[in-house]
Amino acid sequence: MDWFLNAESAGHKFALMVVAILLFVLVMGLILFGLERIRRLPVWVTVLGFLGPTVLFLAFGLLYPGIRTIWTSFFDARSDNYVGLDNYVTAFTEPQFQIVLRNTLLWVVLVPLVSTFIGLVYAVLIDRTRFESFAKTMIFLPLSISLVGASIIWKFVYEYKQHAVNPVTGEELVHQIGILNQVLVWLGLPPQQFLLNQPWNTLFLIVVMIWIQAGFAMTVLSAAVKAIPDDIVEAARLDGLHGIGMFRYITVPSIRPALVVVLTTIAIGTLKVFDIVRTMTGGNFGTSVVAYEFYTQSFRAQNAGLGAALATILFVLVIPIVVYNVRQLRLSEEIR
Amino acid sequence: MTSIRARRTSAAVAGGLGLALALAACSGDNGGGGGGDETGSTDCAAYEQYGDLKGKTISVYTSIVEPEAKQQTDSYKPFEECTGAKIAYEGSREFEAQLPVRLQAGNPPDIAYVPQPGFLKSLVADYPDSVVAAPQAVIDNANKYYTEGWVNYGTVDGTLYATPLGANVKSFVWYSPKAFADNGYTVPTTWDDLITLTDKIATDHPEAKPWCAGIESGDATGWPATDWLEDVVLREAGADVYDQWVNHEIPFNDPKIVASLGTVGSILKNDKYVNGGIGDVKSIATQAWNEAGNPIPDGLCYLHRAANFYQANWGDDVTVSEDPSVDRGVYAFYLPSKGSDKPLLGGGEFVTAFSDRPEVQAFQAYLSSPEWANAKAKVTGQGWISANNGLDKGLLQSPIDQLSFDLLTDESYTFRFDGSDQMPGAVGANAFWKQMTAWIGENQSDQATLDNIEAAWPS
Repeated sequence: MDWFLNAESAGHKFALMVVAILLFVLVMGLILFGLERIRRLPVWVTVLGFLGPTVLFLAFGLLYPGIRTIWTSFFDARSDNYVGLDNYVTAFTEPQFQIVLRNTLLWVVLVPLVSTFIGLVYAVLIDRTRFESFAKTMIFLPLSISLVGASIIWKFVYEYKQHAVNPVTGEELVHQIGILNQVLVWLGLPPQQFLLNQPWNTLFLIVVMIWIQAGFAMTVLSAAVKAIPDDIVEAARLDGLHGIGMFRYITVPSIRPALVVVLTTIAIGTLKVFDIVRTMTGGNFGTSVVAYEFYTQSFRAQNAGLGAALATILFVLVIPIVVYNVRQLRLSEEIR
Repeated sequence: MTSIRARRTSAAVAGGLGLALALAACSGDNGGGGGGDETGSTDCAAYEQYGDLKGKTISVYTSIVEPEAKQQTDSYKPFEECTGAKIAYEGSREFEAQLPVRLQAGNPPDIAYVPQPGFLKSLVADYPDSVVAAPQAVIDNANKYYTEGWVNYGTVDGTLYATPLGANVKSFVWYSPKAFADNGYTVPTTWDDLITLTDKIATDHPEAKPWCAGIESGDATGWPATDWLEDVVLREAGADVYDQWVNHEIPFNDPKIVASLGTVGSILKNDKYVNGGIGDVKSIATQAWNEAGNPIPDGLCYLHRAANFYQANWGDDVTVSEDPSVDRGVYAFYLPSKGSDKPLLGGGEFVTAFSDRPEVQAFQAYLSSPEWANAKAKVTGQGWISANNGLDKGLLQSPIDQLSFDLLTDESYTFRFDGSDQMPGAVGANAFWKQMTAWIGENQSDQATLDNIEAAWPS
C-alpha cells in the first residue's frame, strides 16, 4: 500500500484519485441518506447536513481566495508592506493601464452587442427554412473550438508577409500565408499588419470572440424564437405586421428574457478573456486587457499587489452584470 | 416520493463527483519518467563514487520540453544504468511561473534547471528554506571544470547553489556562404566592416534587404531584441559598464545605454537595412523569431543575428555548412566587436536542488561532471554545448556547436551572461521584453523605452 501514501506513477495517481472520489461519494451519500432516513432530527441538523458541505467548499474555494486577493491588493509587490490604495491609483492613472481598461471596455461593449445582434438576426433569418439545421451547424461550429485553437486559426488569417515582386519578371517573391492579406494582394492593395496597427488591432482580436460567441447567441435565441406562441404571431400578422415590424414589435419583446441571459453571459465571458490576447499578441501593441494584465503582473512581473488589484477591479466590473442577470431572471420568474 | 428521493440522491452523488474531480485535478502530475533500456554497455567505473542508488527516484523539473527533453533523458541513461537510480523528468513551458507556485505549496521538485541567474537569486531570497546549497562534491566539480565567471552565476551571497548545465552563445550572425562567395563579400571582422558590408548589400540588392530579424515569441515576445541591445552595450560601453547596468549600479536609462540603443536602432529601425523578405521595420515585432532567418537561403536577406541554437530552426532543405559550394547552406560568424576586446554574449541553465537526499546530491554531482557533458553531446544532434572544460569537442556533432565551444573556451573572448536573465523578473522577463517590442512595433523613442524599463525596476 505504499503507493497509497506516496503515489509516484500516473497509474497509481489515477487509482488514488478513483479511491478518493469513491470515498467522497460514499461519505457524502451516507450523510445525505442518513439525514433523510432519520425522522426525528431537528430542522437545523437537516439544513446543516445538506447545506454544510456546499457552504464549506464555497468558503474554502471561493470566499477565502476572494478575500485573500482583495487583502493582497492593498500590499506591495511582495505582500510585505501595506500600501493602501496605491495599486488602484497605479491601475487607473498610468497610461499603460488606462489602455488596458479602455480595451476591456471595448471588448465588453462590442462583443455581447455584436454577437447577440448577429446571432439574433441569423436565428430569425434561418428560422423554418429548408437548410436550417445546416446553417445552424455552420455558425455553431466555432463554439466547439477552444479559444486558443481559434486564436491560432485567426492568427493565420491575419498573418502578414510583405508583398515583394521581382522587378524584372513580375514574379511574386514572397507568398502570402494569411487569407486576408492574400485577398488584399489580389485586389491590388498592400498587405496590412492587422495585429500591429493601433487601434484597429484590438478590433481584429474582438472579431475572434464574436466569431465564437455568435453561435452561442444564435442557439439560445433560435430556441426562444421557436417558443413564441403561434397565436401571437398570427394575431400580429392579421393586424398587418410584417418583416421589420414583426421583428421589432413581436419577436424581440417576446424573447427579451433570453436576450438578457445571452447578453450578460457573453459579457461575463468577455470580461474574462485571456486566451485570445495571450495567443495572438501577447498583450503587446496596446491590446492587453485586465484579465491578461493581472496574470502578467502577478506571475511575470511578480507584482502580487498590482496583480491582485487588477483582479479585484475585474471582480467589481463583473458584479453589476451578475446582479442585473439575477434580477432579470427573478423578474421573468415572477411573470410566470 | 420515491422518485424524488432517488433523484435527490443521484444529484448528491453527482455533486460530490464534480467536487472530487475538481479536487483531484489540483494534484500534481509528474509526467513520464526517464526509464532506460538495459544495454549494459556503459563503463561504470566513473560512477562508483555515487554508490548504489537502486530504488531511488530523483524528480527533475525544467523548462526544456520535447524534442530536447528526449536528449536530456537519454543523457541520464549511463547514470541510471550504473547506479540503479531513476530520474523522473518533467518539462513545462510554464516553468518560470509554476516553480514558485510549487515551492509555495510545499511541493518542490528534487532538482530544477533554472535558466536565469536572476531567477535563481530571487528563489534564494524568497524561499531560503527550500533551496539547498551545493554539496562539496559539486563545489569541487564546479571549481575544476568551469571558469570563475560561470561559477559566479550559480553563486548567491558567496554560497554556491547551482552549477551550469547547458550553455549557448548568442553573439553570432548567420549568413549564406554561397551568397557571400557569389557576390564577393567577405566575413567582416570589425564593426565598421560590418556596416560597410551592410551598405554594400543594400546598394547591390535593391530587391532584398541586408538584415532580417524577428522578435515574436508568444508571451515572451521581445527577448531577441534585448539580446541585440546587450550585444551592442558590451561592444560600445564595455563589459564593466555592462555589469553595472545589469546589476542596476547605473540606471537602466544611463546615457551610455541610450547611445547603444541608438546603434541598435541604426540597424533594426533603418528601412534601408531591414526587414529582408519579411516587410518593413515594424514587421520585426510580429515576425516569429524562429522563422526570421528563413529569407537568407531564399536570397532576400543576407544577415541574421541569432544564437548557436538557432540552427535547429532552419528548414529541412537547409544545410549548416561553411562550404560556399553548398546550395541553401548557412553558417554563422562572430558578431564583430568595436574595439580590441572581444565580448561574447551567452546563456545557460543552472542545476538547482531543493533536497539534500544522497541520491539528489549524487545526481547533482553527475550533472556537473564531464561524464554527463560527454554523454549529452553523444545523444544530441545539434544545438547544444556546455561550458564544462572536460567536454570532448570531437563529440559535438555540428560545426556551429564546435565553433561555439571554441569561442566559449577561448581566453581571448570575454564572456558575459545574457543580461535580461540576470535582472529581476519584473524587468528581465517583462518590462525589458515589452518595451523593446513597443520600441520596434510602436516606434517608441529610445529614451522613452529605457525610461519605462527604469521605472519598472523593483525598488
